[in-house]
Amino acid sequence: MKVSNSSWAERLAGKIPESLGREIDNFETEIALRKQGKLDERLFAETRLRRGAYGQRYDNGQRHNGKTVQQLRYPSGELTKGPNTMWDAPGMQRIKIPAGGLNADQLETLADLAEEYSDGIAHVTTRQDFQLHYVHIEDTPTVMRRLAAAGITTREACGNSVRNVTACPYSGVCPDEKFDVTPYSRALSKFLLGHPDTQNFGRKFKHSFSGCSQHACGLASMHDMGMVAVTKIENGKEKRGFEVSVGGGLGAVPYQAKLFDSFVPPEELLPLAQAISRVFARLGEKKNRSRARIKFLVQDLGIEKFKELVLEERKTLTEDPRWTEFIPAAETFEEAPLRPGGKAPLLGSESFQRWVKTNTRAQKQDGYTVATIALPLGDITAAQLRSLADIARRFTRETIRSTVEQNIVLRWISQSDLAELHKALEAAGLGASGAGSIVDIAACPGTDTCKLGISSSRGLAAELRKRLNEKNFQLDDSVVKLHIKISGCFNSCGQHHVADLGFYGVSRKMSGYAVPHFQVVLGGEWEHNGASYGLPVIAIPSKNIPEVVSRLTDRYAANRKDGESFKDFIGRTGKVELKKMLEDLARPPADPSDRSFFQDWGDPRQYTIADIGTGECAGEVVSSVEFDLAAAERELFEAQVALEDRETEQAGTKAYGSMVRAAKALVKIESSNIADDPALIVREFRARFYDTQKFFDPFAGGKFAHYLFSAQEKSGQPYTPDSARYLIDEAQLFIDAAHSCYNRISAPAPV
Amino acid sequence: MEMQHINVKLLVREAQSVDLEPLIPVFHSWIENQNGDELLIDVADYTHVPAGPGVVLIGHEGNYSVDNTGNRLGVRYNRKESLDGSNQDRLAQAARAALSAFQRLETEPRLGGKLLFNGKDVEIFVNDRLLAPNNAATRDALDADFQLFSRKLFRGKPYSISYGEDPRSLFTAFVKAAQPLPIGELLEALA
Repeated sequence: MKVSNSSWAERLAGKIPESLGREIDNFETEIALRKQGKLDERLFAETRLRRGAYGQRYDNGQRHNGKTVQQLRYPSGELTKGPNTMWDAPGMQRIKIPAGGLNADQLETLADLAEEYSDGIAHVTTRQDFQLHYVHIEDTPTVMRRLAAAGITTREACGNSVRNVTACPYSGVCPDEKFDVTPYSRALSKFLLGHPDTQNFGRKFKHSFSGCSQHACGLASMHDMGMVAVTKIENGKEKRGFEVSVGGGLGAVPYQAKLFDSFVPPEELLPLAQAISRVFARLGEKKNRSRARIKFLVQDLGIEKFKELVLEERKTLTEDPRWTEFIPAAETFEEAPLRPGGKAPLLGSESFQRWVKTNTRAQKQDGYTVATIALPLGDITAAQLRSLADIARRFTRETIRSTVEQNIVLRWISQSDLAELHKALEAAGLGASGAGSIVDIAACPGTDTCKLGISSSRGLAAELRKRLNEKNFQLDDSVVKLHIKISGCFNSCGQHHVADLGFYGVSRKMSGYAVPHFQVVLGGEWEHNGASYGLPVIAIPSKNIPEVVSRLTDRYAANRKDGESFKDFIGRTGKVELKKMLEDLARPPADPSDRSFFQDWGDPRQYTIADIGTGECAGEVVSSVEFDLAAAERELFEAQVALEDRETEQAGTKAYGSMVRAAKALVKIESSNIADDPALIVREFRARFYDTQKFFDPFAGGKFAHYLFSAQEKSGQPYTPDSARYLIDEAQLFIDAAHSCYNRISAPAPV
Repeated sequence: MEMQHINVKLLVREAQSVDLEPLIPVFHSWIENQNGDELLIDVADYTHVPAGPGVVLIGHEGNYSVDNTGNRLGVRYNRKESLDGSNQDRLAQAARAALSAFQRLETEPRLGGKLLFNGKDVEIFVNDRLLAPNNAATRDALDADFQLFSRKLFRGKPYSISYGEDPRSLFTAFVKAAQPLPIGELLEALA
């Protein structure tokens, strides 16, 4: 904790907007109250989350060192900053960057904070935020003050609130957009920040803006409320508006947003968002967090009923001048270049030519280019942030944006300056090529710092990046364009559902040992705002994932038809063939003494110690539970194949059957003669594993058991393509949770 | 002027031959053993970032890293918690922590004897811009402290001190001994 904390408030007096200053003062008071035991830990947890101060791995004071669970004895003793969250444990500070827009001073502020309060690194997230890791809770008010003085807030960056409003980073300069969505996204962000109608949500709410429907940059289809710019002619004049969708989202089970209105004029955008907020606050689930996102409300009500409720709510709103006062400026909003436009140089070094090919794109304004700075794993050092600030001042009017691909773009680069810009970026270690290509892998923090991480998404991303970079020049052009996205668990922070090759972390037992795995998710689409979601094909040990990538990309390069997308290639190949192609990689290592298989990428610890030391012949110990869970996975795979073949009813039935089979596998641990009756199995499962909380995930609680209960309730009803698809995702998560449950209950108690 | 949150970085010899990956299991074993006064918590791997913090051992009182900031590879101690005492006490604490860590790493078999102190270069940062902004006034106020500390560290042998110029950077003193000295001697000097 910094000595200077108490002096910063005075130093920054008058430089912080009053409302933000008051908020931060309140938070500081709450910190003091919590330290005195006068504020409940749950209340404090939500209040800090709403300020973007998040927990991090090992903040419960326990760390598995590969052999045993080790107690981390933080000096503050029993004082907590939330349930099971030790006061002194380092945490993560999320920083909202609406539409990803930054200026040079803000980059410098982020640099200072990364150096003084974190570990020298600022991290760009998949929602255009920045994150600082390993920050002490008592430093956070100062971090917030210094950010606020630079025009940045962390308010509502986490918690059950309106999160960062994202927007296409090419807005205003993209040749394919309808119009620049930047000022509209900023207006919405400002309007909803701290708005009374957004303070009583059961879960978070995410908005996104896109300037067009064909590219991925805004990812409007996977947001709670997604806006795509559209225009129409009214009285001979072009009128701006938004195609608005609601109820999209990734998470454990991804939902595509439903079209709410194909044309919402700008003057109705903010009141519509307000009305939706009110309906969500009033009717959204509050108790069961796993059903509390708006996608479930839209699904349960149906889009027509939801729309009806929202429009009724809209009528009750009191006119607010903020709804429209931003519009005149929005309609004329345009960034300006610093330097005159020019022509791109035709010559240059090989590395410059490669960089131009992958990291630049022409703006709609003649003579200008957007340049992308590809950040490895979204990480940038304090020194690089300062260099980038200098570069932005030298070549632009500080037109900087962060992107959902965890990169940063500089807009309005005169094409005549490209060679000089590249030279400056290279000097700062920021001139790597490959932006938006297969080497530009997105990954959530995973087990590195996230409390929920199951496998090392960053470790895998770093390894894949290294291997793909080594053979980058030999890769087929079609392969270079693919996207890899990795999440450390089912929660999809790495956006694996919308990747060509998606992976999410799961754990499995092999030869009696817990082994980090990734589910291979194929068939997703990044373009068209993330228009379709991939499905899990097979779980593969983490150490074999690079070979998965090689096999799939080699097959695609060799067998693709002219112009065939990876998604179409995956569809044409079919799940059966794909699984056949990969299933040998799912097997345990030939040499059981090869310890590396039981470690994750970048982490030398044994993945779990629970199974070490059982002594003899561990490789042959396979319980009947494991066989039964494998059978459940097989049945689920058949469900996927049925869905692919448009056999909706069969897909749904098999998905439900796979869940029942997995539940039965667990029930058999306690009652080996259980009959093959789904109702009885579910009843027994509930009594033995749900009511006793044995099935409960340490973080998700009973969420996955509810998937089974809900599937049973609906089991007589016909399945639709949507409902079958959702059920397949839910079944996969239920089976993964059954594996975890079995791993927990079969492991010896920690020493 | 009070100095807190002092960082000391000791530059390595033949930086180009050092592979940072083997440090990861070494730092994990330090956490497992916890055989010091400070609580060690986690390992952060930033080897993928050019001229970055390298591999960082996150602690509660301070972080240890093999840091490549500025493309100058060195073992760094970053004091996070405040300390009582004088500026000399705090400089000595941070230097002892960095030197002790480096000594362990020099003899760590998993590193194959490749991570070695160059014996000369000691960089000292004050990681708090409010306490010590990087300007001439800070330099004037703290120079005597750095001179006194350097004389003690190098036992009166010749050395030079220069200061970082960029006002945006942390206040930094680059201390360079005229002749290389082994870590053991430097630690003895601070005992």
